[in-house]
Amino acid sequence: MSRPAARKRSSFSRSVFVGTIVFLSLPLLVLVLYSFNESKSGAWTGFSVKWYVKLFTDSPQLWRAFGNSAVVALASAFVATVIGTLGAVAVNWYRFRLRKYLRTLTFMPMILPEIIIGVSLLVFFSGIGLRLSLFTVFVAHVSFNLPFVFLLVLARLEEFDFSIIEAARDLGASDGQTLLRVILPISAPGIISGFLTAVTLSLEDFVITFFVTGPGATTLPLYVYSAIRFGVSPVINALSVVMILGTVLLTWSTRNFLKYIAAK
Amino acid sequence: MRREPGGLYAAPSTIWLTVFFLAPLAIIVAYSFLTPGVRGGVEWKPTLDAYRAIANPTFAKVTLNTILVAIGATAITLLIALPCGYYMARSERQTLLLMLVMIPFWTNFLIRIYAWIAILGNEGFLNDILLALGLVDESVQFLYNRGAVMLVLVYTYLPYAILPLYSTIDKFDFSLLEAARDLGASKLGAITRVLLPNVKGGILTAFLFTFIPIFGAYAVPLLVGGTESYMLGNLIADELTKSRDWPLASAISLVITLVTTIGVLLLLRANGASTLGGAREAKAEPEPAFGGAR
Repeated sequence: MSRPAARKRSSFSRSVFVGTIVFLSLPLLVLVLYSFNESKSGAWTGFSVKWYVKLFTDSPQLWRAFGNSAVVALASAFVATVIGTLGAVAVNWYRFRLRKYLRTLTFMPMILPEIIIGVSLLVFFSGIGLRLSLFTVFVAHVSFNLPFVFLLVLARLEEFDFSIIEAARDLGASDGQTLLRVILPISAPGIISGFLTAVTLSLEDFVITFFVTGPGATTLPLYVYSAIRFGVSPVINALSVVMILGTVLLTWSTRNFLKYIAAK
Repeated sequence: MRREPGGLYAAPSTIWLTVFFLAPLAIIVAYSFLTPGVRGGVEWKPTLDAYRAIANPTFAKVTLNTILVAIGATAITLLIALPCGYYMARSERQTLLLMLVMIPFWTNFLIRIYAWIAILGNEGFLNDILLALGLVDESVQFLYNRGAVMLVLVYTYLPYAILPLYSTIDKFDFSLLEAARDLGASKLGAITRVLLPNVKGGILTAFLFTFIPIFGAYAVPLLVGGTESYMLGNLIADELTKSRDWPLASAISLVITLVTTIGVLLLLRANGASTLGGAREAKAEPEPAFGGAR
C-alpha cells in the first residue's frame, strides 16, 4: 500500500521538476537553433554557420570587449584571492582587533543588491575625482569578489584543526614558514575555487560594471547589452552558444580539477 | 588563538572593504541629505528634499510596483522551487539533475535575458510560430510589460531558490514523513506539518536569495519592461544619469539598503544565527566555476 502512495507523491514533484527543466533550457535551445539560421531575423530560412564565421573573423569590437573582460577578471580575481585568503586565515586562526568587523564587512556586499554597490561606487569615484575607466571597473570587481574568496577559503580552513599550526610553531617554523608551508597548502582547494569563482563572477557582472565603467572600457556583458538595445542580432546568438559551451567546459574541467586536487 | 600576525593578514581586506565598500555607502547616506548640484554631484547645503521627493505619488507608485513584482515573483519562484528541490533530494540521480538546473544558471545573466527577448520579441520565436500556424495575423506584443518582467525574473532567480531548498531537503530524514503518514496524517498534512517546518532554514535562505536581488532589480525591467513595470533600481539609475539628482538617487538607494538589511536581520532572528552561515554556504555552493546571475 505504501508503494503506490510513494509513487503518487513523487509524481507531482516530478512533473513540476520536468516542467522547470524545460522552462530553464528552452530559451537556450532557441538560441542554439537561431544561431544556425541563415536569415538575419525571424523565420527559419536554412542552416548556416555564417554567424559563427562573422563572430570569429569580423567582430573586432566584440573581441576588444572580451579582452577587457579577461583583463579585469584575471586582475581582480588575483587581487581578491591574495587579500581575501590572508583575511580568511586571520579570521580563522588569529585573534586581532576588528575581527568581528571584518566578518560583517565580508557578509554585507553579498546580501546587498548589486545596484547599490554600483551606485555607491560611482558616487564615491566621482567624489574623490577618479576618472571612470577600466581601473575603476577593476576596483569594483575586487570589492564584490573579495567576500566570495574569503568565504570559500574560510570554509576550507574551518575543516582543519588549529593544532597543526601549533605543531608547526612547536617545530620551530616562523610565521612566514607557517603561512607558506602549512596554511596555504591545506587551503589550496579553497583558494583555487575562490579564484575561479572570482573570475566567473567578474566575467558575468553587468550591473555594477555598467555604473563604474568609463569611455573605452566596454566589457563583454556591456557589449552584449548595447547589442541587445539595437535588437536581436544573429552574431549575439552565436556568441551566446559559444559562451554557454565555454562555461560548461570550464565548469566541468574545474570540477574534475578540484576533485583531482582533493584526492591527492 | 595567537594575536600575531593576524592583524597583518587581516589588514588588506579590512582596508579594501572599508575604503571601497563601506565608505561609498557612507557617502550615499551623506549625499541623501544634501542639495543636488547643477550637473550632478551635490552642494553642501543640508536638506530633507530627497526624502520629501520619495514620498510623492510618482515615486510611491514605483515603490508599490517594485514591492508587488518582488513579492509576486518571489512567491512564484518558491512555489516552483519547493517541489523541484523535493524531487531532486529524493532522486537517485542527483548529480545529473543538479547539472540540468545548473547549466542554464551558469549561462551569462545578460544572455539569459537576451534569450527571452529572442523568444518573446515581435520578430521572435513565439511570434514566428503563431504566425506560421495562422493563429494570429500580426505579431503579438509579449514584451515590455509587467508579465514579461516577472517571467524573466522568475527564470533568472529560480536556480537560486532551488539550490538551497534542495540541499536542506536532502538532509531531511524522510522516514519522518512515513511516520506521520502511519500516524494518520494526510499527504498534504505530512508535508505542511512535518517537512516544511523542518526545512524552514532552506526556505528562508531561498527567500533571501530571491527577494533581495529582485527588489533591487535593474537590468531585467530595463530590457524587457515597459513604463508601468519601472522599478526602484531603474529610478535610481535615471536620477543618477538623466535627471542628475544625486541626493534623490542616494535616498532611494538607502531605502533599498535599509529594506535589505532589515529583512536579513528579521530572518536571522526568526531562524537563529545559523541562517547567516547557511546563507553564505548556499550562496557559495554553486561556485566553483559558475557565475550565475548575481
